[in-house]
Amino acid sequence: MSLIQISNLAVQFSQHKVLKNIDLTFEEGSVTAIVGPSGSGKTTLLRTLNLLQSPSEGTVTVAGITVDAKHISKADVHKIRSQSTMVFQQFNLFKNLTALENVMSPLIYNKLAGFDEAKAIALKVLSDFGLESIADQYPVTLSGGQSQRVSIARAIVAKPKVVLFDEPTSALDPEMVSDVLTTIAQLAQQHITMVIVTHEIEFARQIANNAIFVENGEVIAQGPANKILSTKGTGRIADFVNSLENRVISTPQQTNTSEVVTPRFRLLQSGAN
Amino acid sequence: MTFSWTYFIGLFPQLIKYIPLSLFMAVVAMLIAVIVGGLLTLVQLYAAKPFQLLVKLYVSFFRGVPTLVLLFIVYYGLPEISPTFKGISALTAAIAGLGVKQSAYLIEIFRAGITSVDEGQIEAGETLNFSFTRIFLSIILPQAALNALPATGNTFVSLLKETSLAFTLGVTEIFADGKLLASASLRFFEVYVAVGLIYWVMIIIYTWAQKYVEDLLSKPYRRVVANVVDSDQQSSSAI
Repeated sequence: MSLIQISNLAVQFSQHKVLKNIDLTFEEGSVTAIVGPSGSGKTTLLRTLNLLQSPSEGTVTVAGITVDAKHISKADVHKIRSQSTMVFQQFNLFKNLTALENVMSPLIYNKLAGFDEAKAIALKVLSDFGLESIADQYPVTLSGGQSQRVSIARAIVAKPKVVLFDEPTSALDPEMVSDVLTTIAQLAQQHITMVIVTHEIEFARQIANNAIFVENGEVIAQGPANKILSTKGTGRIADFVNSLENRVISTPQQTNTSEVVTPRFRLLQSGAN
Repeated sequence: MTFSWTYFIGLFPQLIKYIPLSLFMAVVAMLIAVIVGGLLTLVQLYAAKPFQLLVKLYVSFFRGVPTLVLLFIVYYGLPEISPTFKGISALTAAIAGLGVKQSAYLIEIFRAGITSVDEGQIEAGETLNFSFTRIFLSIILPQAALNALPATGNTFVSLLKETSLAFTLGVTEIFADGKLLASASLRFFEVYVAVGLIYWVMIIIYTWAQKYVEDLLSKPYRRVVANVVDSDQQSSSAI
């Protein structure tokens, strides 16, 4: 059963069409990876699913609530957002609240629970993520990995049907990526519908059922993740996937040498599955 | 004429009697400035364009008119055009004039404080389905308050000093009393130095208090690991 459906979607910034002719469906409980080069419209597509970005044309349906670009009502936006949340590249934890208060905030501010109940639920979620020791710390004192895991805890605490991830590991130091990917993989096993914009191809292959390749504002290909994200074969998508798999990073200290970045996600092989 | 330490020291018991009045004027004018400035900031940021333009005009006018001229307009001018203002006391006119004047400065300070809150904070609130009012009150306002506090404090310092202009309307406050004393003794230097010192000390004490509040408000933004012991109190106070 499809939980998200977008039809004939287009997004236009002044004269420039960032997304065009997008038709997609996302099944309930599925994990979908959106990949593509920088500036291709991946993040805009994701933001449109949560209506952080208003579509110029077409319709977005989430959990039976349809919003038409011609008439977007505040009430419908709130209904859609009550079913889906987003995890940002830059975490966006509320700086004036502790980790625990951040996780409590969706429950309290949306009047889904009283203070004591919200605190108990939030502590349980933080504990499930192994974050109980930092519950009373403010975001500025957390590492990038901790911040992103708290933001994931905040996103799922009210049990949304859909969680959208916008490059959740892009702003992290390499050694922190694994913890965040492990947390996302845990969610994937809980039947939460997830849409993930990512450059972590190996992770996407292991965790996602489906993948979508976006380029120049259009969906170029969609299908099973292991097929779309395969390194075998030729063509634009295979070239792109291979380029991510074999990223070469040169650092100022390594002007004459280079480091090949190998896939760093080993969750499923290491027993967390 | 030599500096008379005896006379100088003897001035303080007389002059400090007027500190409560000067503080009263400054605090009430500041309250008016914060309320008017706060409301007009919301208009400037979120209301329809014509209202935003009216606020811009308000800011431009009250920042452009000298404080003394404004006080004279309120005290001597307004009663001529409206019976409502007839019989307005000099103290009320001074407080109203100073409050309105400083509100124009606060609009700019508050606007800068609010717009400097990271857009990502607002987007996070939106995706979590918070209402705009909730985002404003619980996320934007606490962060904007910290951003705006130093400049708002400077406004209060200016205001406290500008209360001395109330003497021109006939309000007897610290400066006016000093002027009377100086005229009687012809020891202008001693008197005005004593008056200046009183303002200076008041401002030193205020600056210290503001620093304390700033430290308190900036606690969440400092890279120091929080004390976990008082978690219940922390949670209930912030959320």
